[in-house]
Amino acid sequence: MLSVITLPTINYTAILPELILLGGMLVLLALVSVIPKDFASTTYASLTQCIGTASLVSSLILWHDVARNGAFQAVAQIVNVDGFSVFIMVLVSSILVVAPAFAVDYLKDEKIAGVEYYILALVSGAGAILMGASNDLILIFLALEILSIPLYVIAGLNYRREASGEAAIKYFLLGAFSSAIFLYGIALVYGATGSTNLASISAFLARNNIVTPGTLYAGAALMLVGFAFKIAAIPFHMWSPDVYEGSPDGVVGFMAAIAKVGGFAAFLRVFVSALPTISSIWEPVVWVLAVLSLVIGAIVALSQQNIKRLFAYSSINHAGFILLGLVAMSSRGIASSLYYLFAYSFVVLGSFGVIAVVAKTHSGSADINSFRGLGRRSPVLAVIFAIFLLAQAGAPFTTGFLAKFYVVSAVIETHSYAIAVIAMLSAAVGVAFYLRGVLVMFSGLESSDSIGSPVENPIPMSRWIWSALTTCVLVTVVFGVWPSPLLDFAKSASLLFR
Amino acid sequence: MFEVVNSFHGLVLNGTTSQTSFPYLTTLILVPVFTALMVLAIPQDAQRLIRAIALTGSVATLGISAAVIDQFVTSTGGDQLVSTHQWAPALGISWSIGVDGISLFLVAMTALLFPLALYGTTPKRNTGSPNRNTKGFFAWMLILETGCIGSFLSLDLMLFFLFFELTLIPIYFLISGWGHSGRNRAAMKFFIYTFAGSATLLVGAIALAFIHQSETGTLTFDIRALGETHLSGVEGVLLFLAFTFAFAVKAPIWPFHTWSPDAYAEGPASSSIILGGVMAKLGTYGIVRFDLGLFPHASIMLAPIFLTLGVVGIIYGSFVAAKQRDLKRLVAFSSLSHMGFIVIGAFALTGESISGAVIQMANHGLYTAALFLLIAMIYRRRRSFDVAKMKGLQSQAPVLAAIFTIVMLASIGVPGLNGFIGEFLILVGTFSAHRWWAVVAMLGVIGSAVYMLWAYQQVFHGKPEMAAGEKDFSDINVRERLVLVPLVLLIVALGVFPKPVLDRIEPSVNALVAHVQVVDHGSVIHQQALRSAAGK
Repeated sequence: MLSVITLPTINYTAILPELILLGGMLVLLALVSVIPKDFASTTYASLTQCIGTASLVSSLILWHDVARNGAFQAVAQIVNVDGFSVFIMVLVSSILVVAPAFAVDYLKDEKIAGVEYYILALVSGAGAILMGASNDLILIFLALEILSIPLYVIAGLNYRREASGEAAIKYFLLGAFSSAIFLYGIALVYGATGSTNLASISAFLARNNIVTPGTLYAGAALMLVGFAFKIAAIPFHMWSPDVYEGSPDGVVGFMAAIAKVGGFAAFLRVFVSALPTISSIWEPVVWVLAVLSLVIGAIVALSQQNIKRLFAYSSINHAGFILLGLVAMSSRGIASSLYYLFAYSFVVLGSFGVIAVVAKTHSGSADINSFRGLGRRSPVLAVIFAIFLLAQAGAPFTTGFLAKFYVVSAVIETHSYAIAVIAMLSAAVGVAFYLRGVLVMFSGLESSDSIGSPVENPIPMSRWIWSALTTCVLVTVVFGVWPSPLLDFAKSASLLFR
Repeated sequence: MFEVVNSFHGLVLNGTTSQTSFPYLTTLILVPVFTALMVLAIPQDAQRLIRAIALTGSVATLGISAAVIDQFVTSTGGDQLVSTHQWAPALGISWSIGVDGISLFLVAMTALLFPLALYGTTPKRNTGSPNRNTKGFFAWMLILETGCIGSFLSLDLMLFFLFFELTLIPIYFLISGWGHSGRNRAAMKFFIYTFAGSATLLVGAIALAFIHQSETGTLTFDIRALGETHLSGVEGVLLFLAFTFAFAVKAPIWPFHTWSPDAYAEGPASSSIILGGVMAKLGTYGIVRFDLGLFPHASIMLAPIFLTLGVVGIIYGSFVAAKQRDLKRLVAFSSLSHMGFIVIGAFALTGESISGAVIQMANHGLYTAALFLLIAMIYRRRRSFDVAKMKGLQSQAPVLAAIFTIVMLASIGVPGLNGFIGEFLILVGTFSAHRWWAVVAMLGVIGSAVYMLWAYQQVFHGKPEMAAGEKDFSDINVRERLVLVPLVLLIVALGVFPKPVLDRIEPSVNALVAHVQVVDHGSVIHQQALRSAAGK
């Protein structure tokens, strides 16, 4: 007998950004097979930027729609189109507009220029967007894989360098482990609640009092581990310093940003919208994760000599800050986490962009000494890097300050004073290593008029890098001085959270 | 304060918006930072141009501050020249600035010290500075000026915090970029210490705003609104401590001073002038403006503790200063001692003592800056801060010695010079409220005479001795006189005739004292009502 499967009607506009990214990826693939091999690889970068822009525009249109008509669900209730998911769409699309420009020169110099990176980036961008939009655990798992697998490949993109391969293997093995753990968590939660749909889980838990909640707690715990791995929260951070250090310089900023955005999007979504009823169980755990990440991330970063490793640990510290929004578990908490993600993404993209061009002139070494005297070699570049470092330290009139202020105010609102103080003290420690970076660049200027000191050539930089760096600096400074638009966007995104 | 002030505030706000639409205070804050951006845009080679632009910018700021004093209405205690704009409404932060008698002279003093510091301590070959990158120096100094002035003018707690934090970054780079041998360690110590203080301030400020929000329904950091918040005893004390820790580190108050001798001594002359002259006042200003204004009840309750810390600081500072062989460290510890006076003035909570504390803040800025400038001039000639390496400078540099004498006497608090009036008012006010603290503090006045005169004797008296190869010790040149003359004139003028300054300070201080008493009284009544309600 023939069973009839009714296919759901699909509202294509609801998933338009994802479709644009994946469709654009297919177009790029098709192009590669028909055009000659020596075709200028910069075209791919421009095309990727165009695809990102198209996705950005469609996200903004969706935002308009959501703001006017309210949030809705599509594709058989498994995709959310609400303020939260649109914010993630806008953020990921913007990252895709900026990120290719950082990679162009690096890929060319390392003789791995080709379409591969751009295709992988588009796919993982689509995955990150889906992470924010999913309303179903199964879809979240798929999105996690769509996000992660391209990142494993990107980590190993520079196949001539051993470190790159090592990073890829490490990332892949640990990532696969965490995906498996996450999937097992989904299975247990399904077993306990009878659904993988976030709204159904939440409704089920609200209606029923589970007498033996062990399965549910175990499932939640395993999912927590999976997310904590993705966002590199301590103690699930072991991969991140090695992966950051070994991954290709020109693309590691993209990896850091997109993995954090995707990971946090789903983390927030699952725990706030599906499991709020058992928040008394998981909140203390998240509290501990946040405190460990804040404190250990800051302290270990102090002793790092390699600036990429330093940034890995500082990213762990940032993850701790973003977790504060989840600790607060309020509308303000979600808005602040979103704002922090936005601020962090552009700062980290720009920072790694600078690291890539500086490391290139020191035969790929990202040791902190490579930055010595940068203030004399390339003053403008040094000032730009200083802005990124100061923004990460939380300097006033940058997005970094407002981001920290916002998340800290969210936990204070819910009377979690202890973690607020811990967070600010960890920021005080963090300041030490960010300032050390700035100081290294501008030290050695004393002897500027001493005769016979070798005058190093300024670092050559292409239009691509300049344009991308300028964008990141503008986002960091303009939204630091004139914060309202972005703050309001994050705030209304959290209010339109289903 | 705020009952009274708000009515004034309304009047003045209407008055200023209709009569003078020129935004004096916003300009005052923005001119230095725009000058800094201009400096950054000029290539490093054009050193003369950089210097000219930086000086013009800071002198223009001084001019605007003079205009602000001119616009200031003497008899009013409220905030004047107020300008309020939305900045980040989602977070409750607004660009809200104004000036009253408490901040007026601090702003003027800041605007005066910056051009003098820029002109008098430009890093050059003959200043002994190892770093002659003038572009960075001027840019950081000007950004620092914006931070300092902005802090004094903010009427929004979070805007204050932003400027308060903003000052840390330039001073860190000034110390570590242009300082002496131990500069990196000193700068880092300073930064971490003060940033930890800011951490508690931020948490406290946000907590206060949320308590206010739960009462009124609006999230705001406007200090005039926050001053009306009803806090329970425990809340008030905890918030007070969170705020005060930041200010105690900044001032510094004993025992939170350990960063200051290193930062003063290892930094360049410019940063020492600003640290000792202006930034120390951010701490004491914070105590007067925010601790007393926002937590009157906790201030009264904990006043004995801080009076004691202040007195300990006075005595400890004098003793340790007397043991110093390094001139800059000597001034650092004398500063600790003088900050102690300001702290007891603030926490004695009488009209006289707070007026004394406020005028002493401005006066201490003037003579401390003059002392650091003089020490820098000596260093330029001797390449040392060590008292033991100097002798008999008086016979070689009589003008320098004469000016040093005047400034030193001002610092000791001799009547007729500007150091006297503040300490006198503080001691009178404190004596009436907390007699024994005032008596012990009095000893500090004697202490300061001891270490100052001792140092003067070592450096200027005796027969000049010169090691082989040392140049003759020349007297101060025209440029150096140009820097010192305004300070000396003000030190004498404010010492002889402080009335115009006090006239402008007192209405605001009286309003503050009234506010403290009203709120304290109110909360006592409130608690009694609660107790009787609980009894029933």
